[in-house]
Amino acid sequence: MSPVAEASVPRLPRGVRLHRDRVREAWVLLAPERVLKLDPVGLAILERVDGERSLGAIVDDLAAAYSAPREQIAGDAGRFLDGLAARRMVDLA
Amino acid sequence: MTDARPPIALLAEVTHRCPLACPYCSNPVELTARDAELSTEAWTDVFRQAADLGVLQLHLSGGEPASRRDLEALVAAARAAGLYVNLITSGIGLTERRLQALDAAGVDHVQLSLQGVGPEMADRIGNYRGSFARKMEVAGWVGRLGLPLTLNAVMHRQNLADLPQTIELAVRLGARRIEVATVQFHGWAVVNRAALVPTREQAREASRVVAEARERLAGKLVIDYVPADYHARYPKACMGGWGSTGLNVAPDGRVLPCHAAETIPGLEFWSVRDRSLAEIWEENPAFRAFRGTEWMQEPCRSCERKLVDFGGCRCQALALAGDAAATDPVCSRSDRHAALVAAIEDEAGAPPPDLVWRAAPH
Repeated sequence: MSPVAEASVPRLPRGVRLHRDRVREAWVLLAPERVLKLDPVGLAILERVDGERSLGAIVDDLAAAYSAPREQIAGDAGRFLDGLAARRMVDLA
Repeated sequence: MTDARPPIALLAEVTHRCPLACPYCSNPVELTARDAELSTEAWTDVFRQAADLGVLQLHLSGGEPASRRDLEALVAAARAAGLYVNLITSGIGLTERRLQALDAAGVDHVQLSLQGVGPEMADRIGNYRGSFARKMEVAGWVGRLGLPLTLNAVMHRQNLADLPQTIELAVRLGARRIEVATVQFHGWAVVNRAALVPTREQAREASRVVAEARERLAGKLVIDYVPADYHARYPKACMGGWGSTGLNVAPDGRVLPCHAAETIPGLEFWSVRDRSLAEIWEENPAFRAFRGTEWMQEPCRSCERKLVDFGGCRCQALALAGDAAATDPVCSRSDRHAALVAAIEDEAGAPPPDLVWRAAPH
């Protein structure tokens, strides 16, 4: 179960951005006073967060791209984005 | 050979000049004069070197960074280097037009200091009439530009009673974050310790207010909290460990492991005027002095928390124990802890002496 409705549209607010850390060879999410190192799953989710696609559409895309069970991806992506929203690193509309 | 991991954050103290005179300013008591400050070009080079070294976040601070006329150029240079740019400001010296220019230059986040929830407290602590009104204007401009805003509220015995209103003000101004930072005793705060140190009851009440607000405002306002460490059981993990995650560049280009490191006698600080940032980070004996755990004494050496808090703050150990390699006396395992607690309770229980405001650099 996802804690976020599939119709909601996630967006990276101003001041939060994806960044390629070329020294540590990793992707990070930069935010006020925060650096979050992303694993491949987190990166795949955030690369699809554009402020237009709904969570449901993002999950559909991930399920197709990774041939994984949709139910499981919906839970993972919802929890991940919900955790970021609690830290004001993602806005949910 | 080096045992240094790449740093994550750089605090660039681009000037010691500041219109405010807060009695807890973290700048050293000996301030750097304007004509000794690094040039725009020198800072630009520092930012490029920092990004190459692995720094991700740049904190542009001071003094008041807006006291530098080239602040917009510094922000643009830092973004061009690939850094996340956090502007730490009192708001004094910013206009709406200047904020628009900083926005266009790529500033990522604005952190606005708050000395009190109204002009009476704020203008007195900063010793600057009109500061509160200007801060409220600046917060409005930041919001209109859509930039993320953090309020940075230093709390002490004279304003802790206003903590709930401080948090409410952050909500009202549309801040995404607030730092509730109980005063730390470095720089000018050492001079004013008795006037600023909270009582044990105040410290406990602050923790309660923060816990309640965090729950109530979850998902709305992020609250970062620095508790009163003199009343804590264990010391803070200063700088996340000396020479491990962050570094400071002072206005004149000297590179410091933390902003108070100059108070430790015997350390020699290298400058970006003479050497590369990478060489300084890896090889400067001042950075190596307390990196890792080899330097520790007992009870730190055999303590299971030595990689949690790294023995606390080196500058505080020096200030309170007379030995920068000692256990921070804030730690309840230090043999100096009981004497510190007794001294603090005496100070916090007596009427506060007059504030000594920070001086201006000559």
